[in-house]
Amino acid sequence: MSSASLKTRRTSFVEFFAERAIRASGFVAIAFVVLIFLFLLLEGLPAITEVSISNLLSTRWYPTESHFGLLPLILGSVLVTLGAAIIAVPTGVLAAIFVAEVAPRWLREILKPMIEVVAGIPSVVLGFIGMIALSPLVRVAFNAPTGLTAFTGALILAYMALPTIISVAEDALDAVPRSYRDAALALGATRWQTIWMVTVKAARSGILTAIMLGIGRAIGETMAVMMVTGNAARMPLSLDSLFMPARTMTATIAAEMGEVAQGSTHFHVLFMIGIVLFVITFIVNFVASIAIFRQTRRSARLLS
Amino acid sequence: MLVVIKVISGQHCNLKSLNSQTALWKSSPHVIIVPMRSILLRLIVCVFLLAGCGGRANGQSASTGVKTIENIGSDTIVNLALAWAEAYQKLHPDLRISVTGGGSGTGIAALVNGTADIANASRAMTDGEKQQAVKNNIQPFEIDIARDAIAVIVNPGNPVNSLTVQQISDIYTGKIANWKEVGGEDRPIVLLSRESNSGTHVFFLEQIVRLGQKDNTDLFSPDTLLLPSSEGIMAEIRQNPNAIGYDGLGYVTSDVKMIAIAAKAGGTYVLPSVESVNAGTYAIARPLFMYTNGQPAGQIKDYIDWILGPDAQTIVAQLGFVPLKK
Repeated sequence: MSSASLKTRRTSFVEFFAERAIRASGFVAIAFVVLIFLFLLLEGLPAITEVSISNLLSTRWYPTESHFGLLPLILGSVLVTLGAAIIAVPTGVLAAIFVAEVAPRWLREILKPMIEVVAGIPSVVLGFIGMIALSPLVRVAFNAPTGLTAFTGALILAYMALPTIISVAEDALDAVPRSYRDAALALGATRWQTIWMVTVKAARSGILTAIMLGIGRAIGETMAVMMVTGNAARMPLSLDSLFMPARTMTATIAAEMGEVAQGSTHFHVLFMIGIVLFVITFIVNFVASIAIFRQTRRSARLLS
Repeated sequence: MLVVIKVISGQHCNLKSLNSQTALWKSSPHVIIVPMRSILLRLIVCVFLLAGCGGRANGQSASTGVKTIENIGSDTIVNLALAWAEAYQKLHPDLRISVTGGGSGTGIAALVNGTADIANASRAMTDGEKQQAVKNNIQPFEIDIARDAIAVIVNPGNPVNSLTVQQISDIYTGKIANWKEVGGEDRPIVLLSRESNSGTHVFFLEQIVRLGQKDNTDLFSPDTLLLPSSEGIMAEIRQNPNAIGYDGLGYVTSDVKMIAIAAKAGGTYVLPSVESVNAGTYAIARPLFMYTNGQPAGQIKDYIDWILGPDAQTIVAQLGFVPLKK
């Protein structure tokens, strides 16, 4: 009897600590996000007092000569990320549909691990490949002055976002119950109609999550982008800007943070860029989660 | 080997590749055991990395009587500093000299923040940096250690062989945008440069783009591609016949073409070489500096004295730089 009570006591003892430990790690995660944001604000906000707003909103980025225009950097990031999304979203979703719905079982078993391996390639390696192999091809193919362009960056980013989009979207498609497809086929729908109108619709929120995660990976990527986009802080306003160099916010922070004196104006402005980046990703995630929330409600209504 | 090379910007990559490794491990069949071990491993590696990062970060590193000399700075000088450190450590096996690149700005920032004993710089310290140093209670002391020439380089397929300083300035400010305006083919000019806080960039801006005039406020054209490394510039020049770039003479490889430069229109065009820089006929040459906190003392003084001596200056010539005239 005494051994049994000892055992229960020990179990409850272990449970007590396990519970506390799990709760603590949950709070630690939140605390880190809050602390990072506070740190960004603390280091970045002095920039507003040190640099005039008109300077921050100008079109010239030349920090060593006190030109702190953020517009070319913001637009550069938007251009490269949008380009990557336009390439990666359709390809990724279609590839996921192929893997989940169309490909025979043996091909699926080969494709899935291969896609996961692609996700593991370090971005520096991709950047190097882009710089040495891809950029000459881009220059010749589009008859551009140089191959280090926003488009080259978009291609590399699309390649990096693809594995995320494919594996998450594929999981979502996989999670659609078999009975939906059977019902659609029984009602006389063709295979294509079943995929497009039933399976993909039912998995819509998961696919949207996949796209958001992929774009999130693209907007935050630094190393590869720094190596292939040419980093010219020009305003991408004309139509051919996609095939001209661009400078992104992440590449700017990475290239300049190491060489700046702590506490200088330039240092604070770099953190300001970090805040802008943080806010943009926050907005993207927020909009996406609202969209996903709506989608689930509607699809839940439709399909329950 | 005693020389330790730490590439600052590479450290976050290490962490990233570790992440992807654990991702691969997770997909292996030993799901339960392996991730635990990998987390442990990651923790251990993180601790080591952090130790490496923070080692001398917290404040006053003793500048006298040290066993390790932290030498950080200009990428132009990094190969030279490594060669010096290696040769000097053969003579003094009890001393460690840790050489790190990253750029002149990085080196000076490290000296100002108290994490470097010697900063290498391919430009003089700016007034802002000096004020920052005074604020941090550091008295930078400048030592002239060697000379460097900047070569202007193009693709070997480019028919242009020579340019005046004025023409190069017009090309880099964007006033000349086509090679045919300087006697070449009908091609757009693609401008390549190092990042704006590299010492090479600042030197080129002041000496060439602004023609050495103090009141000139011309800037590089916004279309200039700012590449993060010498290798990036060389790779682009090698494959792109539109490109023009510049880099330290010691870094120019034989598969790109150097441009002969005349200081004034009608002057003689001179190719950069050890001889022409020493003779003072080549237009784009500059001194290279080391900075210490106050007058060097103890082991740092011994090292600096050796650098200024004949043995170390022979190494300067071997690496394609120009030794001090003695």
